[in-house]
Amino acid sequence: MTLHRPHDAREIAEIVRHAGAENHTLEIVAGGSKRAFGRPVRAAQQLNLSKLAGLVSYEPRELVLTARPGAPLADIDEALRAEGQMLAFEPPQWLNLLGGAGTPTLGGVLACNLSGPRRLRAGAARDFILGFSAVNGRGEMFKAGGKVVKNVTGFDLSKLMVGSFGALAILTEVTLKVAPRPETQCTLLLPGLSDAKAFDVMARALNTPHEISAAAHLPELSARRAHLAAEGPLTALRLEGPAPSVAYRAAETEKLFGGGVRLEAEASALFWREVAEVRALLPDGAPLVWRACPTPSRAAAIVAAVREKLPGAEAFYEWGGGLVWLSLDPAEAGPDCGAAVVRGALDGQGHATLVVAPETARASVEVFQPVEPALAALEARVKAGFDPLGLFNPGRMREGV
Amino acid sequence: MLAMPEPDRAVLARRAEIIAALRKIAPGEGVIDGERERRAYECDALTAYRQTPMVVVLPETTAQVVEILRYCKANAIRVVPRGAGTSLSGGALPLADGVLLGMSKFNRIVEIDVADRCVVAQPGVTNLAISHAVQGHGLYYAPDPSSQIACSIGGNVAENSGGVHCLKYGLTTNNVIEVEFVTIDGEVIRLGGKHFDSGALDLLGVLVGSEGLLGVVTAVTVRVLPTPPGARALLIGFPSVRGAADCVAAVIGSGIIPGGMEIMDKLAIEAAEAFVHAGYPLGAEALLIVELDGCAAEVDHLVARVEKIAADHGAASCRASQSEQERLLFWAGRKAAFPAVGRLSPDYLCMDGTIPRKEIGAVLLRMKQLEAKYGLRVANVFHAGDGNLHPLILYDANKPGELERAERFGDDILRLCVEVGGVLTGEHGVGVEKRDLMDVMFDEIDLAQQQRLKCAFDEANLLNPGKVFPRLCRCAELGRMHVRGGALPHPDLPRF
Repeated sequence: MTLHRPHDAREIAEIVRHAGAENHTLEIVAGGSKRAFGRPVRAAQQLNLSKLAGLVSYEPRELVLTARPGAPLADIDEALRAEGQMLAFEPPQWLNLLGGAGTPTLGGVLACNLSGPRRLRAGAARDFILGFSAVNGRGEMFKAGGKVVKNVTGFDLSKLMVGSFGALAILTEVTLKVAPRPETQCTLLLPGLSDAKAFDVMARALNTPHEISAAAHLPELSARRAHLAAEGPLTALRLEGPAPSVAYRAAETEKLFGGGVRLEAEASALFWREVAEVRALLPDGAPLVWRACPTPSRAAAIVAAVREKLPGAEAFYEWGGGLVWLSLDPAEAGPDCGAAVVRGALDGQGHATLVVAPETARASVEVFQPVEPALAALEARVKAGFDPLGLFNPGRMREGV
Repeated sequence: MLAMPEPDRAVLARRAEIIAALRKIAPGEGVIDGERERRAYECDALTAYRQTPMVVVLPETTAQVVEILRYCKANAIRVVPRGAGTSLSGGALPLADGVLLGMSKFNRIVEIDVADRCVVAQPGVTNLAISHAVQGHGLYYAPDPSSQIACSIGGNVAENSGGVHCLKYGLTTNNVIEVEFVTIDGEVIRLGGKHFDSGALDLLGVLVGSEGLLGVVTAVTVRVLPTPPGARALLIGFPSVRGAADCVAAVIGSGIIPGGMEIMDKLAIEAAEAFVHAGYPLGAEALLIVELDGCAAEVDHLVARVEKIAADHGAASCRASQSEQERLLFWAGRKAAFPAVGRLSPDYLCMDGTIPRKEIGAVLLRMKQLEAKYGLRVANVFHAGDGNLHPLILYDANKPGELERAERFGDDILRLCVEVGGVLTGEHGVGVEKRDLMDVMFDEIDLAQQQRLKCAFDEANLLNPGKVFPRLCRCAELGRMHVRGGALPHPDLPRF
């Protein structure tokens, strides 16, 4: 397979124009760490963005960072850390989850719209993109958005790029809004709560003004696997901010929900990294993993409905129930990897993505939540508006996109 | 005056027939065709531009919206959607041959979901009504455009409205989680939900801020947040605007994101003080208002830190509010700044560019030079935290040529914003007002790409044409792919 490693937008535009003329498709890759996420792409050639790396500009006092999509996430993180800042959406790497290969990059995180525990309060990756430059499927270089934190000039194409899995355009430069890193953090661990009780606690805690920045519930089996090796279920609430504020809010939260174990600063950060990276909390080598986003208050009922049909299912919860990680037993789940059961339980209120499954299964099962016909037709027209010949990542999301 | 699309004579000739057909869909008072009654809709808050619509339709149900749009599509009739008509950029400016689709009868809050912290509202519900509906639960809706008493949530979605608090809490787009809208083809599409994110293209992200060009919103679900337990404001006087701007940069650089951070210049300070007597420092060249919200432990801690930073940056005066009443008084002057400036001059134009904050000093200096060039005064009020400027250009519409001069002045300010790395509009939208400046910020390919998105939603270009884009899009031409049958599109380019 031909492999392109362009250095800049101009070279990408030429490759795309050539691909259009020759009628061959392109798989768009940067660090390659998310290749196992989504439907497998069968493309004639690969276009690798690793050489479009590095920061273009970073102005901490403007809260604005511009970088190229091949920039390793670790490099971005290091630059931000040096200025006491961060990406507020706390992007996970999912290296172990997806098999361990490759290097997580900024472009990959944006293409997949990956957000970590703070998504609950701060928003998703899509909420932090301010603008971009890209090459469309016609081989034209274009830009949208801007490089300032507040802008409504023209359609917000930036959000459309995030979570499009490279199906619309090839990013060549992105500008993000960054945030100050909180002075400190602490996590309250409430042990021994049943699933039902834990959901009640998380919902009530999130409705207090104590600015809970992450909320997870690990049922017993997940909690045992965590590096903390708890003996029973753990419900975790994170508080971040200036030290006097965190101390006060932690004490107030404990008054409401009972004192548990407190994880301070680094221990708290370590706990949430483990939650964000998922793999360690799932059964060893779990071959089928779903990521479901239900209406948060329905999360426990949905998992109960899945378990009724697939008793081997195991779950843990993030985002106060807004994110459910489900591990299924392949023998129980059958050839559709449990899609009908999981999506049936969601009943149209939310979406579920098959994150871990053998490649053959990801080729035949709808990895992403199917959409209504009118929306599917609209998506296809939007795709054609960017990539009329269907050159980029064909079928990665679904047929037609 | 900007040119609008040429009215379609064939449509105008069929006016009576069109009104009769619309009456069948929206009976009774749902169709307004009287000359005087239609005139109530001739403009939005950008009052310099007026046009009486061919007919006004006020549907009450999604089913009626579907039928109206299907009828308009089938009969090639243009449609201009309107919320509360508070747009500052002319987003709801009618067309002479168009149906003005007013959503004011969609005025119910459909559901309050406390457990999932969200509210489902019809698009005509006002922004503030959402906060009122949930305040008993200790919750509120964060984006707070200054027109929040009057503006509708549907209009907020169309314009991606901001407000004083959006540096910390985001714009409309960051707080809307679901939208139901009707396409010009009459299809009802739901995007998002009470859940986080989606497994599909983020069309919700482009619908928000699309200024009525992509669809007609019929329901909106917003995320609501726990109300902060308290807030304090600081009034900080500076001997120069640059000093105030440097202080803002230092506050952010020190890791503090205040709930609000506003700068007013001398003219705005004096106008506001004369109007509401908020105790503003009259000798100051610039006033910085910083609001810190959260628990008392956090607010008091941050107030002390900001006081220190202000002193280090040459503040001439600094007062922190000692009571809720005093905090509100501090804000009263800022909130009344526009009407207060209105007392200085018969008319004013409100601009809305955003710039990198480090450029504030240079931009204000250039603005002073432009004041001299155009012989018009400017009062400056801006959301300093995010670099969103609101220069108010004072003019008198009764003096011949003064409006045109003010508009040219405004155009120069916006060009300047783009020149220093900023954008044409931070929160008011492009509408008709900034439409012809889009070329300053985007090249032809950039605009063609945006218009191809428009074509995916509205190929016949019937929804709100004449807004946002300086040239009408021709979808057939934009969609044409010049690469066919293996022929190279650019044979002159080097090949691999």
